[in-house]
Amino acid sequence: MSSTPHPDLAENGHVDFQAVQATDQFQGLRRTHRSFVFPWTVVFIVWYFLYVILAAYAPGFMSIKVIGNINLGLLIGLLQFVSTFVITGLYVAFANRKLDPQATAIREELEALDPSIASQSLSGSGEPTDGGQK
Amino acid sequence: MNVLSLPTPVLAATAEGTNVGEPWLNMLIFGLFVAVTLIIVLRASKNTKTAADYYAGGRSFSGTQNGTAIAGDYLSAASFLGIVGAIAINGYDGFLYSIGFLVAWLVALLLVAELLRNTGKFTMADVLSFRLRQRPVRIAAALATLMVCLFYLLAQMAGAGALVSLLLGIDSRAGQSVVIAIVGALMILYVLIGGMKGTTWVQIIKACLLIAGTFVMTIWVLALFGFNLSALLGAAVDTAGGNEALLNPGLQYGISEITKLDFLSLGLALVLGTAGLPHVLMRFYTVPTAKEARKSVVWAIVLIGAFYLFTLVLGYGAGALIGPERIESAPGGVNSAAPLLAFELGGPLLLGLISAVAFATILAVVAGLTITAAASFAHDIFANVIAKGKTSPEKEVKIARRTVVVIGVLAIVGGIGAQGQNVAFLVALAFAVAASANLPTILYSLFWKGFTTQGALWSMYGGLGAAIVLIAFSPVVSGTDTSMIVGADFAWFPLKNPGIVSIPLAFLLGFLGSKLDRRTEDRSKQAEMEVRSLTGAGAEKAVDH
Repeated sequence: MSSTPHPDLAENGHVDFQAVQATDQFQGLRRTHRSFVFPWTVVFIVWYFLYVILAAYAPGFMSIKVIGNINLGLLIGLLQFVSTFVITGLYVAFANRKLDPQATAIREELEALDPSIASQSLSGSGEPTDGGQK
Repeated sequence: MNVLSLPTPVLAATAEGTNVGEPWLNMLIFGLFVAVTLIIVLRASKNTKTAADYYAGGRSFSGTQNGTAIAGDYLSAASFLGIVGAIAINGYDGFLYSIGFLVAWLVALLLVAELLRNTGKFTMADVLSFRLRQRPVRIAAALATLMVCLFYLLAQMAGAGALVSLLLGIDSRAGQSVVIAIVGALMILYVLIGGMKGTTWVQIIKACLLIAGTFVMTIWVLALFGFNLSALLGAAVDTAGGNEALLNPGLQYGISEITKLDFLSLGLALVLGTAGLPHVLMRFYTVPTAKEARKSVVWAIVLIGAFYLFTLVLGYGAGALIGPERIESAPGGVNSAAPLLAFELGGPLLLGLISAVAFATILAVVAGLTITAAASFAHDIFANVIAKGKTSPEKEVKIARRTVVVIGVLAIVGGIGAQGQNVAFLVALAFAVAASANLPTILYSLFWKGFTTQGALWSMYGGLGAAIVLIAFSPVVSGTDTSMIVGADFAWFPLKNPGIVSIPLAFLLGFLGSKLDRRTEDRSKQAEMEVRSLTGAGAEKAVDH
């Protein structure tokens, strides 16, 4: 990933975001991001609702004792904690290794192209952004 | 959501008869906490000059600090007292809340926190209106923000009156009203002087106190049972007269098909509500970069996860050492489990400390809600809608400060009025509104190119309206002995939590509204939002002083 500014990404000194969005580099970042967060969201949502549904509709199963007074319900509940911590860890490792370098490369390129990028329309500045006239 | 509540009438029945602790000692510890935090807020306020200072603490907090503050913002007194009590009484079913509240953070971590940090400035509406038509979307988002904050605030204020009355032995309605007014006045002072920086420090201190306090109690309880969880569970069953059901799901929610469905509905609202809570979202703007926002969530997940594990031990500990019968007959009912356990373990001093922690908790949560509501009014409604952006940041902050006073007074009046009300109702509404009105629009605008203004408006107003209407006609408001309005019965919606209907409805409306929209949105704004959200290009950095 080169960080040489591409002149075609800027128009009158301002970044052309549609052109940036269309670059392979950005599409790669978008794909990388979504390929992690979407599947893992499905995983934890399904796993969470599996737990909720088991607790509501299969109390007999959840009441099976495993070790002493500790039953399956408690173990699966504690596993929800474990899975939350594990997914958090996986995401952080992934983001540090895969997302950050790609995002930083593009960001630096854009900020080099247009140093005023921050003062532009980062929403809330009150400028008319009435879409829909297109 | 009932577990979040402090049923005021029960709590208001005061401390007489149980003589839990020494009111003067509790008061002394409260006073000490207030004095220390006030000094810190005053020091923090010295550098508060610009709008970014006031709303976002100059974006100068580290991820670790912000994560701690998020935990401080999120773990309300009601969730501390409520969950411990629910586990002590209803056993396993109480544990389910903890899990929902924790897993919900994965939504924030994976889908929302970083993208939001990169795209907005101060408020949730900044993100939602980024690529849609500013005015209508901003108004809707600000309205949803204000609604969530107000319901949450009223619940906390009413809870504060009830809690403090229990711990200080003030049982008259007038006395409780004075307590609510004092809590409100303190909170106004903190937020007025300290802005987001002061608020953040109050939350950090509170989180440390709360987690340290519960950690000590957890180790204490475990030590009594030889660090054997199974022995602790067995003792809880024995104290409850051999009621094995305490360890199994279903004691509270397994009664009928309706209660089971209610549980699913609650589960849905819990897991999707968190990432739509405006006061949680606003915290992400207090850090300089998306990477720090990520660190904040990670740290928050660690602290919140640890805390909920502690509550499991404390809940069964209270069940084992005190027993459900004694807890339920105590003045605070279910919510007295944690204070009673503290008294049982460490006498009046530990009780005083734990009570001060609970009080600190209310102050911190209330302050966070107030600044969020004030920012939303000043930044979204005043600066962008009324003044159409033709205003100075100084003016905006001035308006925000005035709004703090107005909201503080409203919260005091509302809190006094809400005494004796079922506060679960208010918190349930806040979570359901957050999950229905806010989350669909947040996710759609971050991830779906085809999302339009009409979709956002349908989803936000539809979700907001459905949640409020369904709650108004639910058993929470009328039709049962524990309803808000006793004696009336106009409930036609059987569930206490509207989430299972209102959340999917809001997602559906967002989809249909966009598909049926004849106007198209500005493609370049969509491109800009996507590029900015993923790369962080141009996101505001920390303010140097």
